[in-house]
Parts: sequence; C-alpha cells; structure tokens
Amino acid sequence: MTVTVRNHVNVSGRPDGRPVMFAHGFGCDQNMWRLVAPAFEDDHRVVLFDYVGMGRSDLSAYSPERYSTLDGYAQDVLDICHELDLTDVVLVGHSVSALIGVLAANAEPERFGKLVLVGPSPRYIDDDGYTGGFSAQDIEELLESLDSNYLGWSSEMAPVIMGNADRPALGEELTNSFCRTDPQIARRFAQVTFLSDNRADLARCGTPTLILQCADDVIAPEPVGRYVHAAIPGSRLVMMRATGHCPNLSAPEETIAAIRSFL
Amino acid sequence: MDVTGEFEELFEDAPCGFLVTGPDGTLRRVNRTFVELTGHRAEDLVGRVRVQELLVVGDRIFYETHFAPLLALQSSAREIAVDFRRAAGGRLPVLLNAVVKGEEVWICVFAATDRRGYERELLRARQQAEQARREAHELARVLQTSFIPPAMPAIAGIDVAGVYRPAGRGEEVGGDFYDVYETAGGWAVVLGDVEGKGAQAAVVTSLARYSLRAASAHGSTPSAVLSALNQAVIDRGSERFLTAVHAQLTISPGGCRVTLALGGHPPPVHLTPSGSRRLGVPGTLLGILPAPHLVDVTVDVRPGEAVVFYTDGVTDAQRGREFFGERRMERALLAARDEDAAGIAERLVGEVSAFQSDVLADDVAVVVVKAGAR
Repeated sequence: MTVTVRNHVNVSGRPDGRPVMFAHGFGCDQNMWRLVAPAFEDDHRVVLFDYVGMGRSDLSAYSPERYSTLDGYAQDVLDICHELDLTDVVLVGHSVSALIGVLAANAEPERFGKLVLVGPSPRYIDDDGYTGGFSAQDIEELLESLDSNYLGWSSEMAPVIMGNADRPALGEELTNSFCRTDPQIARRFAQVTFLSDNRADLARCGTPTLILQCADDVIAPEPVGRYVHAAIPGSRLVMMRATGHCPNLSAPEETIAAIRSFL
Repeated sequence: MDVTGEFEELFEDAPCGFLVTGPDGTLRRVNRTFVELTGHRAEDLVGRVRVQELLVVGDRIFYETHFAPLLALQSSAREIAVDFRRAAGGRLPVLLNAVVKGEEVWICVFAATDRRGYERELLRARQQAEQARREAHELARVLQTSFIPPAMPAIAGIDVAGVYRPAGRGEEVGGDFYDVYETAGGWAVVLGDVEGKGAQAAVVTSLARYSLRAASAHGSTPSAVLSALNQAVIDRGSERFLTAVHAQLTISPGGCRVTLALGGHPPPVHLTPSGSRRLGVPGTLLGILPAPHLVDVTVDVRPGEAVVFYTDGVTDAQRGREFFGERRMERALLAARDEDAAGIAERLVGEVSAFQSDVLADDVAVVVVKAGAR
C-alpha cells in the first residue's frame, strides 16, 4: 500500500508551487483545515493527510508500538514527504501536530523550509516550575470522557466510517460524521498527546518557526505559547484575536493572513 | 391566549436544559431547568462564563478537541456525553445535542445520571471481558510453550528441528506436542496430538509428555513406551484420546537407526535420494483400549536422508473443500530435502500456513531428523 492511500493524502493547488503541508491535531482529521487550505491553492502545492488511525486513513496500518510516541506520528509526516518527494516544505501543524512538526523537522531538517505551530504545547501536564495547564488527574478524566463518547463507533458503523461505504444510507444515519475513529486508537492517541514531554526538542529546532497563539485557549494557554517562543531559537510569536483552540475553524481569515505574512 | 408567554414558559421549564451561546461558547441565555439542574445562578453565567468552563476539566479538553470542531464542521452535534460541575460541588452527567443558528449555538442539556452510570458499568464490564480474554490468551500461550522443548538439543551426528504453529490466533491451547530427549540407548523423538483443545486437552498433553519421558527411562521399545502412555491415559480416566509416534534413535557414523511405533498417528515420511516413503505400521489410538495394537519397525537413515514427523494439522489443512493432503506435503518435502532440518520443517509449515491464508484451522507440529552432522 502506498503512503498516499495509508494516510489518505490529498494534494491540490499548483504542482510546481512550494509545498504547504497541513497536519491535523488530536480529535479530528484533515477536515480541520477545510476553511484554511483552499486559500493556498493558487500559489502553493497543498498537501492534506490523516494520521494513521484517524479520519479516513487505513486503520489496519495502525500499530500500537509505532504510534506509542509522537515520533511514530512524525514518521507519517516524513513518509509522506518521501513518497511525494517534497522539499522546502512549509509544515503547518495544529495542536499536537505542532510538536509532531518540530520532531519531523528535527529529524530531517533539509526537508523543511518553515514551520507554523498553531496552538503548540510541548508538555500538557504541570511540572516543577512549568505550567502546562493540566494535572495527571485531568488527563485521566479526558480518557474517561473519550470512553463515554465511543457510542458513535459500533461494529456496524465502523466499515462506513472507515470509508468502504457501499451502503450510503447508513452514512446518513451517522450522528457525528466527522472527527470519529476507533475509540481504542483515539484513546491511545490521547495518551501519547497529553502525556508526552517534548520540551527538550524545542531548542534543537533550527527551522524558521511561527507560533500562532489564541486568546483563552484552555488546551494551550498563553504562557505555554510564550514558553515555546522562548525555547525555539529565532521563532516569531503572533497573538491572535481568535479565542479557543481551533482558530483554523473559528477564525480562518485571521489564520490564513498570519500564515501568509510568514511565507 | 398568550402564545409568547406559553413558549416562554416552555423554554424556561422544558424537561431539558436549554443554553444559547455565542460562537466562542459565552452563555447568552440559560433556562430555569438548567439552573435547577446545576445550581448555578443565571446572573452568574450569562455574559460571564463560557459553556466549556462549566465542564469538568477532562470534558473541557474533549469539548475543545471534538465538540467545537464538530459544530464548526457539520453545524450540529448529538449525544455528546459530558459532566457539568454543579455549583454546590459534584457532577451532573448529561448528554448534549447542539445546533448552530447563525452565529449562536443552541444546546439541549439532558440530565442522564442513570443512563451514563449504566453505560459506565457496561464499559467496565467490557473492559473486564477484554482483560479476561487477554489473560486467557496469555495463559494458552504460556501453557502451549510447555508442550514443546524451549530449544532442540544439539545432538552429535544428526540435525534435528521442530516447528509448532497454533490454530487461529492462538486463543486456545491446542493438543499438539513434541519432545526430543536422551535415553539409555540414544535419543527419543516423540510427537503427538491430543483430541480437542482447551484445558481438558492440556491436562492429557501434559500427562503424555511426562509419561513418555518416564516410560523411556527404562530403555523400553517404542511400542512399550506407547503402551505405558496408553495405560496412563486410561488410568487418568480422561475422556480424551490421543495419537502419538515414538521413535528411538541410535546414532552411528554411518547414519542413524530409527525404531518407531505409531499409536494411531500418521506415518512419518522418510526422505531419501530416490524419493519418499512412509515409515511404520498403523497402530491403535491411545487412551481407549486396554491392549492397543502397536508395532515396532526399524529403518536405517543414511547421512543426508531425513525423517519427517508431523501431526494431521498438516495433511488435514483445508481451503474451502480442498485438503492440503499427502501429495502436497510430499511435493513440499521433496523440494526442500536438500535443506537442513529447520529448513525442511519451516518449508512444510510455511506451505500449510499459506494454503490456509495464514490462519490455521488446526495446530500444526512438525519435527525433522536429518542424519549426518548439520
């Protein structure tokens, strides 16, 4: 199987344009970029994808070992770059993908021209002298929340969700048709996301980096954005008017303008 | 009739909480039912608090990573399970349905304490069931490894290798076993198949392994060893029977002399430069009759020749209505006869496995003895 199929890669825009790769965070899939990505198609080669285990990726390619660390997810990014032979990539990573992007760029710096980190957090759990915003107990509660919301994923619905929908009628019955995946995989991704500590990786990042920080973001609060800015040498920090954790959905124009001004 | 007043009353006292929020979640209106359910005062909420701030922290993350994106992408979300924090402390488990109306979000809050509690119990039961399944699987795997030697002994003058593959995904203990051990006059090779699977079969398999070793210690012939096993199984009062082949090897520079007896077991294959032939005289299943018919047969295996012991998981392997059968087995063995013992065994088991698309219907055990040093 090709990586393109495995990661449900969608390429659009100018074939000879500079590649802009949009990476989704924990909780949803490449649909998170549907209001932002089209704005780059006129002058860029736009690459969208789902991590293995999310969206319409091939769930059979999921391996708990490979995806037990963010490096496994960074390898997805690199695999796509290799298969499409991308260089000078602008990687736009939302939420946990901001850190996945840093890991990918640290592993193969020659591939990446710029990084845009939307709502990054290198460590969600508070630590000695560090405020991530959450306690280990909070993350345990999130896992319970995920367990309580598995209801949309039954064995009957799984094939529809996974994309072999030869029964479209079933698709219409889906309660929440986006952002769903196998609850076991979602649970593991949540653990990897919220229990990782990638603070040490920031200083090693030599790729020019833009940080987009929203107001009132409970997932990645402002002090965390400032921490990332201070830790990545030469990075630029933009404080957005947008509130919440998903400016790519709630304030697409502001997000597009901020990314454009950095390119 | 005052329609506006009536609808006002429906909004306020409906049997579910109603929330109206702005695009960022800031509460613009809450109904009386919600106030009663949570104990928060409307004036503390409206214009001051975002709905996600009323959730317990874990659910707040869920709200930001799932609920808000869902609303943005499909303008509605249904059956989202979260817990509100009550003013007086404690939690209110609810289900949320929401729609986007213009730049507002309308949310219905259904108190669901009992249902959510019941779901949690179901979830716990499922987790326990999965845990039990994993433990059973692990038990089967560990038990199974006790039915074959952890490693084959290095024996001067012969090359010996064994391969075992469990049926299916190895969830159950199978009945196949083999063993290779030193005896007074040389070495013994045994291979057998207990009827059925699971714990009851495992008891007999275990009994068979130590009974065979104990019986061989007296320097008996293969037929006498199998007779002793037959008696042990009958004495145990088990309803299981088994098939087994026992071979006594005497190794010399000119090759290896093999004396073997078959207790209802498929005859081993002797691979020679000119082809292949079956060894042994068919004998009685073990564990049923008090006086089984068992015959010792002796054959010389020259250097480069091999004897292949196998269980019926090889020949009875099925693809649709087709069996793997003896002819496929023979072809596979002849094609591999120049390889070492491990190569021959792996080749045969590999073909049986591929024949069944890598999911075996029955366990497979193969032991290969090749004369001449490895």
